[in-house]
Amino acid sequence: MSAANDKQRRIVPIGPYHPLQEEPEFFKLVVEGEKVVDIEIHLGYNHRGHEFISPELTYDQVPFLVERICGICSNSHPLAAVMAVEDICNLEIPERAKYLRVIVHELERIHSHLLWVGLAGHFIGYNTVWMWAWKYRDAVLDVFEMLVGNRNHYAMNKPGGVRHDLKPEMVGPIEAAMAEVEKKTWLLTKAVLDDPVIHARLEGVGILTHEQSLAYSCLGPTSRASGVPGDVRKDEPHAAYPYLDWNVITFPEGDVFAKAKVRLLEIIESVKMVRQCLKQIPDGPIEARVEEVPPGEGCGRTEAPRGEVFHYMRSDGTNRPLRHKVRAPSYMNIASNKVACVGGTIADAAITLAAVDPCYCCTERMAAFENGQQRYSWNELLRLSWEKTESIRRGMKK
Amino acid sequence: MIGWTGWRLAFSLLIFPGFLFTVLVGFVLSWVDRLVTARVQFRKGPPFIQPFADFFKLMLKQTIVPEGASALVFLFAPMLGVIAMTVATVILWNASFGGSGFVGDVLVLVYLFALPPLGLIIGASASRNPLAAVGASREMTLYFGYEFPFLLALLVPIIKSGGQVQLEALVAAQAGAPFLGSVSGVIAAIIVLLVTQAKLGLVPFDTAEAEQEIMTGVYTEYSGVALAMFKLTRAMMMVVMPLFLVTVLWGGFASWWAILKFLAIIVLVVLIRNTNPRLRVDQALRFFWFGLGGLGIVAVILALAGI
Repeated sequence: MSAANDKQRRIVPIGPYHPLQEEPEFFKLVVEGEKVVDIEIHLGYNHRGHEFISPELTYDQVPFLVERICGICSNSHPLAAVMAVEDICNLEIPERAKYLRVIVHELERIHSHLLWVGLAGHFIGYNTVWMWAWKYRDAVLDVFEMLVGNRNHYAMNKPGGVRHDLKPEMVGPIEAAMAEVEKKTWLLTKAVLDDPVIHARLEGVGILTHEQSLAYSCLGPTSRASGVPGDVRKDEPHAAYPYLDWNVITFPEGDVFAKAKVRLLEIIESVKMVRQCLKQIPDGPIEARVEEVPPGEGCGRTEAPRGEVFHYMRSDGTNRPLRHKVRAPSYMNIASNKVACVGGTIADAAITLAAVDPCYCCTERMAAFENGQQRYSWNELLRLSWEKTESIRRGMKK
Repeated sequence: MIGWTGWRLAFSLLIFPGFLFTVLVGFVLSWVDRLVTARVQFRKGPPFIQPFADFFKLMLKQTIVPEGASALVFLFAPMLGVIAMTVATVILWNASFGGSGFVGDVLVLVYLFALPPLGLIIGASASRNPLAAVGASREMTLYFGYEFPFLLALLVPIIKSGGQVQLEALVAAQAGAPFLGSVSGVIAAIIVLLVTQAKLGLVPFDTAEAEQEIMTGVYTEYSGVALAMFKLTRAMMMVVMPLFLVTVLWGGFASWWAILKFLAIIVLVVLIRNTNPRLRVDQALRFFWFGLGGLGIVAVILALAGI
């Protein structure tokens, strides 16, 4: 590339394997000394072909598949997918199921945001915050274990309702965990707001303005920290969200500090929501029976911890989807690093890249083109994938 | 023929209080550092043997010289710090327990303390790795940053002892009351403590090896024995720097209480390390020049006024 030929400039590679992020990705930082003057974003190291596998599965199996798109927001994808199926069927789910969906969804947001706070601390070299935030997050994982049997991959949603009911004896422990999380989150929030060194590291760093956020179609906390009040839970009320009283947290600054504040305060809002759900949840069935999925198409939108998750499904009347399309929020958010990172130092770039809370395995897409023609068809890709698996298996037997 | 003096010198350099002793104490201290850090972070921490095991594991690993790097410079650079710290520890030890001190040994120490970062910069630059190059430039910036307040802080005991530049004389001048008992002494001690933090490459001044930004920066290409030498230097500095602070500002090692002083400094270093995020290199530079530099000038003026 031409920039690299310039003598003043140097490439600092972040990736494909780098301690900054736990997943493979590649950010090519073009630097002059410490200053980042350009950035190239290369994704595509972690493609797993979920949209591809989905039409091979039945509607009951699809939620288990899409749950594995992301280990952290593993409720958002199945929720959006089953909402798409319900959209096709024009199905109204029972009230109790709506509340249960919200409880799990908000618990997931709490643990995901705490996870980010910890990671952000790690990325600016503050390992104590990392360990502390993750310890506090553990209480939420314990709640999940009690509620659904798993600490991650909750398998809560199914077309027509949810799989696990809330038993009366669970309410107490969940309330206790929420009180603990709320207390510790305030502790972390105050620590972040009071620490002058954290201010120095995060304030005015990696600014994404309101206009840039709109231009890059940023989603979730990334956009809300730039003053864009978009939130699917408010914009398109689903599940039990319309019955709850809560606020969309926005800050106008657009820097990493604002993103941290948005996430920390959203944890408090989520705690509020879980409490209201526990109080208001009505008795009744937890699922509606889905007799058959008629031909048609539907989409499901929900607010994952990182922003809007969008699932589209088309049915031809069989028990498998004909087409399943997924759009994860990180796909939009990661691109905004192009403007957010340039102009800062390498140290700023590291935390800015992490501030969108990127999730690469949600994000990967693949299409191979050659001379303007698509290189592989659907079936050819499938055959290639099977051949690869077979060859690995043969290799393992030796 | 090597006479009695020669053997004594060899013993003091290689065994006690030189190389071997410092290394052993250094490993124990790095274990303390890791254990306290772990406990602060709700973790269990490594067993006592861990730093030793880490070192011997590295010694057995293959040492790879990157393609295109100058092998001589690349492999010699880690030794600079080890040699410098060995000499420094002998000089410091002699100051408290009598021996072969000499006029101007304080200034020699300043030069010896400059060698470990120099070794890092040379080694990293010789490795031809872009991340190591960024690390080297950061290390250099940091070095120029902390050297200025460090020298100012060092002026305080020299002024207070009436212009003595010999460690033995500095310790003798503190026989009644250590310099730390005065305002200028406290300021100087704070500066030396924070400079120690930077020299040890600990948070908030670990910019040269910020793993989340530039892998391990200066150490990126190092492996095996060469990396072990850097770790060794780090462990020895963990002994030498607090020793230096105790000697020039806190009354030297006159009694067994000095061990407590020594441990207090280590605990402070570990606490600072665990309660701060990493500063950017430009922020660190500004902190050292304008923050600590300004404080240092105040300390020197106070010392001249006898406060």
